[in-house]
Amino acid sequence: MSAPWAMLAELTHACPLRCPYCSNPVELAARSSELSTGEWQRILAESAALGVVHAHLSGGEPLLRPDLAPIVAAAEGEGVYTQLVTSGVGLTERRLGELAEAGLRSVQLSVQSATGAESDRIAGVASFARKERAAAVVAASGLPFGLNVVLHRENLDAVGEIIELGLSWGVARIELANTQFYGWGLLNRTALLPTREQLARAEATVKNYREKTDVELIWVIPDYFDGVPKPCMGGWGAISITVAPDGRVLPCPAAYDLPLELPNARDHSIGWIWEHSPAFNAYRGTGWMREPCASCPRKELDFGGCRCQAYALTGDAGRTDPACGLSPDHHLLDELAGGGTWTFRRPAPSASGADRSAP
Amino acid sequence: MTWRPALSRAAMLRHDPVRQTDLLIVPERIVVLNEEAAAIVGLCDGERTVADIVAELPEGAEADVVEFLDRVRAEGWLR
Ligand code: SF4
Ligand code: SF4
Repeated sequence: MSAPWAMLAELTHACPLRCPYCSNPVELAARSSELSTGEWQRILAESAALGVVHAHLSGGEPLLRPDLAPIVAAAEGEGVYTQLVTSGVGLTERRLGELAEAGLRSVQLSVQSATGAESDRIAGVASFARKERAAAVVAASGLPFGLNVVLHRENLDAVGEIIELGLSWGVARIELANTQFYGWGLLNRTALLPTREQLARAEATVKNYREKTDVELIWVIPDYFDGVPKPCMGGWGAISITVAPDGRVLPCPAAYDLPLELPNARDHSIGWIWEHSPAFNAYRGTGWMREPCASCPRKELDFGGCRCQAYALTGDAGRTDPACGLSPDHHLLDELAGGGTWTFRRPAPSASGADRSAP
Repeated sequence: MTWRPALSRAAMLRHDPVRQTDLLIVPERIVVLNEEAAAIVGLCDGERTVADIVAELPEGAEADVVEFLDRVRAEGWLR
């Protein structure tokens, strides 16, 4: 068994934004259940000893953790490269300075669309002006700066303007990630589902910009549409671990809903979890596969696709990913039609509770 | 001005005792360096010029070293 390279640390599920495609689980971990600073320090040390060298410090909004700087320092002390993944709300010059001082290596800022009105409408909260200020702070800091945008029916047509926004903010990399349909994304699938024409146009725009700019443009393909499953997480329990705010450890950030008993870092070492826990061994390698994967020449390349998607769509996590054109369940995707309204991650904020993350 | 290669702020060079190899880590990627590559990157301290770096490496490698340094700079990992 090889060692894990990377960790996604979901430091909290709390977030001032309400994105309808949020990658957090539909059942958000409560703030009162969150790991302490000391627990994160231990988890980072155990993970580093096992082989983790890279950590995304994410959420929710990780800036809501007042102890983010000591957590960064713990990672840095173990030689783990840290990237902050943030909505930008709460990222002041002072806060970023404190994090850089602690050893933060890079920042990834998310934006919901190209204009304030659209970005705020999708985030469900007025937040674009703060993102603009955060962008200026990151650019001035000299830290490596990436932009992340989740794409869907409501913003794919603006992909050119989104790229322009990133260029004007001085980012080095723009990740254009088409929505993955798990959790909130699945709940809001019809409202988020793009058309084939939208995708083709957006992809052509991205291609066009690749010739015009040195900024790295990462286009994360929507597996619903191309009939080819993605090699999810580089294989189950093969490359990375996700740690939930309450200490649950997952092979994939979308695996919350699978019928697996998720191990908790409060009860077990990261080493035991990686090597011996039933959850991490459930779909490791190719032995668990059935047809058509079991005899398919691509099985070492895509590992049968995504287990979470197989489960979400068929109720059986051991089936071939329906995104695969060879899957007997592939028709489940072909029959889908988009449109309609979405549900935000939480109800609209009340006037008094809206601004709890104000700097 | 003469180029004195140094790691860019995006990149971290470290030894990995678990895998017994040297790594160059950047925001979204981990690059496993072979021994030669690690030796070259290790000399990129912002003091040495390309000629200094070449001089410290086994003879006959100049063209490869220069090409390698340009490639790593194009990726944005050296400045
Ligand atoms: S996707 Fe939106 S709601 Fe979810 S954590 Fe990110 S910014 Fe917050
Ligand atoms: S049948 Fe299975 S292994 Fe073959 S391409 Fe489809 S998902 Fe991949």
